[in-house]
Amino acid sequence: MTPDREKAGWLKRIAIVGADESDEIGMVPHKGVLQHHSEAALNALDDAGLSLADVDGLFTAGAGFAATLQVAEYLGIQPRYTDSTSVGGSSFVMHVEHAAAAISAGLIDVALITHGETGYSNRFRKVSRAAMDPWFPAAQFEMPYHVGGPPGTYALACMRHMHQYGTTHEQLAEIAVATRKWAMLNPKALMRDPLTIDDVLSSRWITYPFHLLDCCLVTDAGGAIVLTSVERAKDCKKKPVWVLGSGEAHTHWTLANMPDLTTTPASISGPRAFEMAGVRHDEIDVVEVYDSFTYTALVTLEALGFCKPGEGGAFVSGQRTAPGGDFPLNTNGGGLSYTHPGMYGMFLLIEAIRQLRGECGERQVADAKLACVNGTGGALSSTGTLILGVD
Amino acid sequence: MSDQKYPKPLPTPSPEAQRFWEGTKKHELWIPYCRSCEKSYWYPRDFCPQCGGRDVEWRRSGGKGRVHTFAIHYRAFHPGWTDEVPYVTALIDLDDGVRIFSNLVEVEADPKAIRCEMPVEVVFEDVTDEITLAKFRPASA
Repeated sequence: MTPDREKAGWLKRIAIVGADESDEIGMVPHKGVLQHHSEAALNALDDAGLSLADVDGLFTAGAGFAATLQVAEYLGIQPRYTDSTSVGGSSFVMHVEHAAAAISAGLIDVALITHGETGYSNRFRKVSRAAMDPWFPAAQFEMPYHVGGPPGTYALACMRHMHQYGTTHEQLAEIAVATRKWAMLNPKALMRDPLTIDDVLSSRWITYPFHLLDCCLVTDAGGAIVLTSVERAKDCKKKPVWVLGSGEAHTHWTLANMPDLTTTPASISGPRAFEMAGVRHDEIDVVEVYDSFTYTALVTLEALGFCKPGEGGAFVSGQRTAPGGDFPLNTNGGGLSYTHPGMYGMFLLIEAIRQLRGECGERQVADAKLACVNGTGGALSSTGTLILGVD
Repeated sequence: MSDQKYPKPLPTPSPEAQRFWEGTKKHELWIPYCRSCEKSYWYPRDFCPQCGGRDVEWRRSGGKGRVHTFAIHYRAFHPGWTDEVPYVTALIDLDDGVRIFSNLVEVEADPKAIRCEMPVEVVFEDVTDEITLAKFRPASA
């Protein structure tokens, strides 16, 4: 369906005009974080037919303390609008709404959102995370019991979902297998060997209820996208991708304070984005959602309203989300098989944009006009949802 | 037990949580309570996050509850935990009406031995001279 931009309220003036990854992604030990940011930024600006000199708003996260200061200086730009919103993997999806607001308000003309992380190579360079203030709640009431990183928190949520709704390991594995099939069609994906449900179920436990192959990759990668106004988009190289609807939400930080373990804040950000865009779920052609774990994708489909709470397992069964299925999901191969450097949200955007432009080659979803993107961050803490479309 | 022998990360009690940590040291579980809402809340703050009110107090918990959910960890992210795998984390719904994060102990780290909604009770682990952790074990009958 061709979207009706007039329904999109204040967002109707916003176009995404550039998108790309850094030059090399996957295992890239010879490049640093800021190189991934800069390569991706230059590639995305080139994709748009713009240059660094056109950028007046910068949005980024994850490049150390004061991320936009570090990235802007490295790029050699002096933005007049800055946003380092950093709420985990959803950050870059939220940046789109923030950039759209800044452009709509007339504060900037061209917004650049950049990402770069070296999750894989950091382990060889002894890059440590900043220490937590020991008086903070997580340091007092989580750390002494050893949360066990993201697998630990997401496993707690998944276990409750399995208990409450009867979701099974096999249903989770359906997502890993379907996502791998998409990765096999993407030359940039890291994991491209065939995968079966039995392979997933026989892989070792990381944190019960997650097998190794329920967990995303840890890679090196960068990505960037460029947004501008409808008027400015006319001068860009490619046809614009419209931002039709957006929503963001966060509900907690420590998992003990998560209002409902079996959903995500996408149950808030999703309906807002759909309402703003004025589209129905059955009108969406392609869906890109965060898959830090198989469970993240499953519960997000429920939270966004593609199926009812508890029905995610049945919804993804029978390889429905694989190439050739009737629900194209995570068509780049996802964080599970394509790339996942730490905060994956940027790559959801890049893939949705490419699908809507018809640039995806073998994995192209036919006549993709409307895409739904949902980034998730923290411990299922924060989400940004976008509805994107093309004429 | 001396501090040097405990290899895992230790909590540093914050000012607003002193009462909690003094309690665990005496093998008592104390939970913050809002007199306006007439409900407990978690974690300790000098105000109630449910209503924003400051009329709050501490109440002693009976230490009983149920497993809301759990996870079994087969790898350690901290060297102090390496010898502990597999270990179990859980969210416990205390009968006092709050949900807290802790470890399940005195139970086999096996999905067949643990289930959501399983009744549990607090058990205190004196890890140093200063710090005692509140953990949970299957409730005695």
